[in-house]
Amino acid sequence: MDILEERTRQVYRKGEDLFQLDCNKQSAAGSVSQRACVFCGSRVVLYPIADAVHLVHGPLGCAAYTWDIRGALSSGPQLHRLSFSTDLREMDVIDGGEKKLARALCQLIDMYQPKAAFVYATCIVGVIGDDVEAVCRQVAALKGIPVLPVHSEGFKGTKRDGYRAACEALLKLVGTGSTSGIGPVSVNILGDFNLAGEVWMIRDYYEKMGIQVVATITGDGRVDDIRRAHGAALNLVQCSGSMMHLAKTMQEERGIPFRKVSYFGIEDMAQALYDTAQFFALAAPGIVERTAELVRQEIAVIMPQIARYRSKLEGRKAAVYVGGAFKAFSLVRALRLLGMDTVMVGSQTGLAEDYEELRQLCDEGTIIVDDSNPLELCSFLQEKEVDLFIGGVKERPIAYKLGVGFCDHNHERKEPLAGFTGMLNFAREVHNTVASPVWKLTPRGRRKAASCP
Amino acid sequence: MLLRHTTADVAERSALTINPAKTCQPIGAMYAALGVHNCLPHSHGSQGCCAYHRSALTKHYKEPVMASTSSFTEGAAVFGGQANLLQAIANMFALYNPDVIAVHTTCLSETIGDDIVQIIGKAREEGKIPPGKHVIHANTPSYVGSHVTGFSAMNKSLVTYFAETTGRKRNQVNILPGWVEPSDMRELRRISRAMGINPNIFPDTADVLDAPHTGRHEFYPRGGAPVAEIRHAGDSRSTVALGPTASEAAALALEEKCGVRSEVLELPIGLLATDRLINALRHRSGIRVPGFITDERGRLVDLVADMHQYFYRKRVALFGDPDQLVSLAEFLVTLDMRPVYIVTGTPGKRFETRIREAIGDAVPEVQVRQGAQADMFLLHQWIKKEGVDLLIGNTYGKYIARDEDLPFVRFGFPILDRVGHSYFPNVGYMGAIRLAEKILNAFMDRQDRNAPEEAFELTM
Repeated sequence: MDILEERTRQVYRKGEDLFQLDCNKQSAAGSVSQRACVFCGSRVVLYPIADAVHLVHGPLGCAAYTWDIRGALSSGPQLHRLSFSTDLREMDVIDGGEKKLARALCQLIDMYQPKAAFVYATCIVGVIGDDVEAVCRQVAALKGIPVLPVHSEGFKGTKRDGYRAACEALLKLVGTGSTSGIGPVSVNILGDFNLAGEVWMIRDYYEKMGIQVVATITGDGRVDDIRRAHGAALNLVQCSGSMMHLAKTMQEERGIPFRKVSYFGIEDMAQALYDTAQFFALAAPGIVERTAELVRQEIAVIMPQIARYRSKLEGRKAAVYVGGAFKAFSLVRALRLLGMDTVMVGSQTGLAEDYEELRQLCDEGTIIVDDSNPLELCSFLQEKEVDLFIGGVKERPIAYKLGVGFCDHNHERKEPLAGFTGMLNFAREVHNTVASPVWKLTPRGRRKAASCP
Repeated sequence: MLLRHTTADVAERSALTINPAKTCQPIGAMYAALGVHNCLPHSHGSQGCCAYHRSALTKHYKEPVMASTSSFTEGAAVFGGQANLLQAIANMFALYNPDVIAVHTTCLSETIGDDIVQIIGKAREEGKIPPGKHVIHANTPSYVGSHVTGFSAMNKSLVTYFAETTGRKRNQVNILPGWVEPSDMRELRRISRAMGINPNIFPDTADVLDAPHTGRHEFYPRGGAPVAEIRHAGDSRSTVALGPTASEAAALALEEKCGVRSEVLELPIGLLATDRLINALRHRSGIRVPGFITDERGRLVDLVADMHQYFYRKRVALFGDPDQLVSLAEFLVTLDMRPVYIVTGTPGKRFETRIREAIGDAVPEVQVRQGAQADMFLLHQWIKKEGVDLLIGNTYGKYIARDEDLPFVRFGFPILDRVGHSYFPNVGYMGAIRLAEKILNAFMDRQDRNAPEEAFELTM
């Protein structure tokens, strides 16, 4: 297959001599990239904060496409699932949108009485020069709630820059609330978005260990929790691509240390709990033992069932293409636990050190790719004869067209895949799609059946 | 209740849109371009636009959707997007080898003032467009119109870029289908042929967004109107344009450019609108309506007669796109139902007039709203004020349906949570049967759910 010349250095096969993957760069213009934009990055990160209103300042499309976009569950308010827009029209573009923004914000806050408002600047706002910051300040003073501008103009970088803009907005909240009632054995959960209720599961593990969870950022997020998040003793950062900036800044400015964790797969999940327990070993005597017992119990429940799936999945091949590279590490390990080989792995937004880690983790011959596109993905899937593809919305139909099983490990997951129970769900989902009889009806299945009688 | 904040009193909202009943122009241009054979839609803007449009179309069709983007950076926003588009054109022809690149603009590229015609000219000068290949464009700033007008703009561009007159008429009729489903486009082809017409349909997304499983990912599925056919549109005997909002501009452009006389009809959704299409086709071919088409109509009438007691004077709220709403409202009146609330976010002329013409004096209490702040929030407020028996619209209606405990029929774009729209048409008599069936089933499921044990009926 042809790969655009400027993309050849974004594809690597383990075993080739020189490893130097180009990444964290703009997509080639004209490429059918699977990537999104700065706004998309900010929007998905802040989206789950359920008692805030999220106003998209710009023409209507950006608000429409991010309306109830992911299954980030809230245990209370559901404000985040509504779509608010200033719906800028031609005259607004000519005259400027500041007045309209101020009016919209005031109406919105009066109607919904939120705890805070996030205002997302879209492409056009950056070009017509609306002073979103000033409008937010005025309305905040008028209405007495935090009104936070999010500088998420689509063209100002990649999705990763959108994560950073989201963190900047969060940083304006952190430190503005009272920390009373927060004990020394306390954490914030960063970078879990409570898809299918995952953060509830994780929170439950920590609480069983005797740890107080101050804020979940942003899954099932609440403004008041975030405001007092600086009271926690430790930040636990998952999905480091999106939340690292917040964690690092909280460390620098407030001396709160952080640990990188992942909740996908048994090994990473257990490691996350052990690392956290170790951190509190002095402050909370007995926590290490309690954690070991918790992990033992959880694993004992799921292992026999996972072993059954493993026996059916052993030796099958998987391809992984996800948004952030950090998730890819966990998936490679989790697939290994199921006896599956990851023969292709890639991400939209990975960094050089992420890809180096992937290289070390993967077996010889594995294809590692940055910012891929449907043509490439297809050819890799076919070349490697994979049985399973893990990706997001735009990848799913490609897998199905080829007659390959698929697991959505992105916004559209319907069952929790994090935690120990999540690993069992993952095993079940992977097994069910790989073993689905529908593939026997496809040309690929029929070829396979013909070749091994 | 997800929408617990919605109040029955309609508060003045001059600047705020809540839960929109539209989306932006570029996605319509992308959808129209997908209805051209071997065409790669190209979004001239930031990367996110293209990603969102592809995702939205993929969620609706459960199909891969290919389109590329100029991947704007800060530099492009300052210095203009010419360099990006030139590079994109070269890259696309090198890697994806389309017959046509259909560029549409976005709010960003429009605001910074990129001149697409000039850039395409430059690409041609620089030899970036291989012989026999085409780059076309439509201006679709997101702050004007809606997804429907974006479709209309690209539809019109197909005419302005491709249609030609050779002076030798072809024995064919252009059918501009409007923004309907692949299944509808296929059905329009069947109906036209049945009526003795050789149809030239464009755009045509049949076999593009409802492609069968072949074990391969076809970057360009086999469907779509070939450029050669669109070119011949200038030699067609006439044009039948379906849905004024989506198709009139292209029909008029063709009339102006090639002198092909056109007739604009409402979308053939429902019995009367289909009658008018059949009539228009019959006049063109001069044949008698074949028996099997008359039979389809007869079956529709038979179904409605059999079940008319269930439709009797039911109040309906509907939202979506103008062309669909006008025909649907008319069909509901045909069924003896009352479309009382009608909302579209799409701005434009004559919508309310068309609605009132379609429903006659059957529903004097009808409330119609379009354009700014004509959104799902407003529709919900109306429903709260005085309830309805049925809600019809795209998937986003499910929140209202749940909160108000309403029977709900999915119709329009997008449908993210059900299947069927790719495969079964809504147009024509068969489409009307399907719509009537869905409406009936919604009522009957509700009746079964609510019936006390002693009144739970076996035969309905």
